[in-house]
Amino acid sequence: MTVVSVDKDRVARTLTITAEFAAPAERVWRLWADPRKLERWWFPPGVTAVVHEHDLTTGGRVTYDCETPDGPRSGSWDLRHVDEPRRIEFALASPGVPTTDVRITVADRPGGTRVTILVRFAGDADLEFMLSIGFDRGLSAAVAQGDELLGP
Amino acid sequence: MVVDSGERRAVDRLFHALSDGTRRDIVVRTLQGEHSVSALARLYPMSFAAVQKHVAVLHEAGLVAKRRQGREQLVSGDVEALRRAGAVLDALEDVWRARVERMSALLEEDS
Repeated sequence: MTVVSVDKDRVARTLTITAEFAAPAERVWRLWADPRKLERWWFPPGVTAVVHEHDLTTGGRVTYDCETPDGPRSGSWDLRHVDEPRRIEFALASPGVPTTDVRITVADRPGGTRVTILVRFAGDADLEFMLSIGFDRGLSAAVAQGDELLGP
Repeated sequence: MVVDSGERRAVDRLFHALSDGTRRDIVVRTLQGEHSVSALARLYPMSFAAVQKHVAVLHEAGLVAKRRQGREQLVSGDVEALRRAGAVLDALEDVWRARVERMSALLEEDS
């Protein structure tokens, strides 16, 4: 099992997911350092996405456009801290959506890496936004599709 | 949907309110039951005025409700706000679990 723990703090509005991968830190880092790889895990299946700007340095930006069943959307990462291949922190921004902060840290463990993802969201508007774009419906469809795509 | 400056300020207030350990502790306690400001003040090594200020910050951010009873000011956590936060976290968990699975599949692909 890849995900080893999930912790949700409703007061601090944080989600912490810990996952273990059988890959060294340098290879895990490429998941976001390579825009073509990033396009393949950041977005759910069925969403066609293109990463444009991709400046993975502290103060840099990553921008993308995607085509969702509900129409085109765009978004960006504003990089707050980049320490290759150990830690990346960014603020997620998308038009009309309050900012969400993400911090990913990569630690070594025997046989691979342990990756900790901390997500902190701002306000209630996130939920309103997610519901407004039919988030629940879209997500279950994406998960069902994902099972097929990730098959052998 | 447009993020106006009012909404931006509301988000800033929320982040500021939750950035402090004492304030987070007050939120947790007042969710379990109504507390007076003076009862809260006895819990922390700080003045009544300092605790009152923390409560004011939480109230402005919409995290606690206040009501007066005689000379006492009673504070209770906003359960509805927490319920909504829980719903967002559940949704985010689904999103990120799926992302982690896709990360894992990509790593296996090029190993």
